[in-house]
Amino acid sequence: MNNQSHYKPFDNALLESRLYPLTATGISTFQVNVGKLCNQACKHCHVEAGPNRNEVMRKETMEACLTAIEKTDIPTIDITGGAPEMNPNFRWLVQEFRNRNRHVMVRSNLTILTEPDYKNLAEFFAENKIEVVASLPYYLEQTLDRQRGEGVFKKSIEAMKQLNSIGYGKEGSDLILNLVYNPAGAFLPPSQKPLEADYRREMFKRYGIAFNNLYTITNMPIGRFLKYLNISQNYNSYMEKLASTYNPNAASQVMCRYTLSVAWDGSLYDCDFNQMLGMTVNHGAPSNIKEFNLAKLCNRRIVTGTHCYGCTAGAGSSCGGALWYKTL
Amino acid sequence: MKTYYAPEDLSKFSTMGEGAPELWKKFSEWYGAVFAEGALSEREKALIALGVAHAVQCPYCIDAYTQTCLEKGSNEQQMTEAVHVAAAIRGGASLVHGVQMKNVVKKVSI
Repeated sequence: MNNQSHYKPFDNALLESRLYPLTATGISTFQVNVGKLCNQACKHCHVEAGPNRNEVMRKETMEACLTAIEKTDIPTIDITGGAPEMNPNFRWLVQEFRNRNRHVMVRSNLTILTEPDYKNLAEFFAENKIEVVASLPYYLEQTLDRQRGEGVFKKSIEAMKQLNSIGYGKEGSDLILNLVYNPAGAFLPPSQKPLEADYRREMFKRYGIAFNNLYTITNMPIGRFLKYLNISQNYNSYMEKLASTYNPNAASQVMCRYTLSVAWDGSLYDCDFNQMLGMTVNHGAPSNIKEFNLAKLCNRRIVTGTHCYGCTAGAGSSCGGALWYKTL
Repeated sequence: MKTYYAPEDLSKFSTMGEGAPELWKKFSEWYGAVFAEGALSEREKALIALGVAHAVQCPYCIDAYTQTCLEKGSNEQQMTEAVHVAAAIRGGASLVHGVQMKNVVKKVSI
């Protein structure tokens, strides 16, 4: 809808900053998207996840992931979704990765911890020393519920209290609870550190809740957020904003350079965003987990597109938050 | 020209450098330095700018600094309070001039 561009192709921006062609520098994070099923349907979700989605990773594909990882010393596993906990084999997969001595992160929407069918998840996370990366786009109820649905904020608070009560996010504990902010609209995220200080102060003052780190993530012009941009006629101005704030320092550190992303059906991608666009790993690297080849994937050329401006705008953005902390 | 104000004109601001490049350069450098982190944070400066934008009723500035405030981490409540500060000063400035009115009344009245 009215997507007239006034910015250069992303590869041209890479070329001007001497990063073209963009290549991987290795794989330190193995990201597994176990499905699009979710108990929520957030307005900004690039996955377009929701309760009616039936794309769920099968155990056979999970076994292929485990076989692949055994051939490597990739230290970190990043499990995402949808709500990954809703995959019927989620707990088995987590334990299998832990049995192989990998650090496991789970991207949780928090509210799933309060659902009656998913009891004791917090305890399961703790027993397996899982790093919890939880979506909490803002510390005010009205702003958060506008984006994630009515009642989500209160349930998120309840879940964080559960996690805190068993040691997550507490000083001196090795149980890590990190929070994720993303803007409630068509604008860039604020600087990560000052916002983290706001969250820490407000979450403790209002609810007595503690956490470790806050990650700020830019909304990607993909999936449900793309639909919002088009319907609200913000697409052009948002893309121009992303492109005009292209930061070569962030571009040199984008997460696709050290991440491999596996989809629910076993296909391979440079990142979760390419996954949602169906842009599989290319340029000679294998594109399915059953053909996993570490050497070919480690220095593969990254598949890029206009959406990549989302990770290189301003301070940059990744699943681990901002990439470049200097004031721009 | 259909309206005096058009949103796309904001991105043409730099055309003010055409014909006076040295003045534009000086303005741009000064403007950039003003809004840089200093004794006040970038967030505080953006909130001041938002308040002033409302006081001078500049639609370009309101558009730009609403987005800047959000991107510097302010929320709608804080931004609304900043606009109230601007409005209170504007209203108060009018009202305090009533003292002049009273002075004149006093001077010309028996």
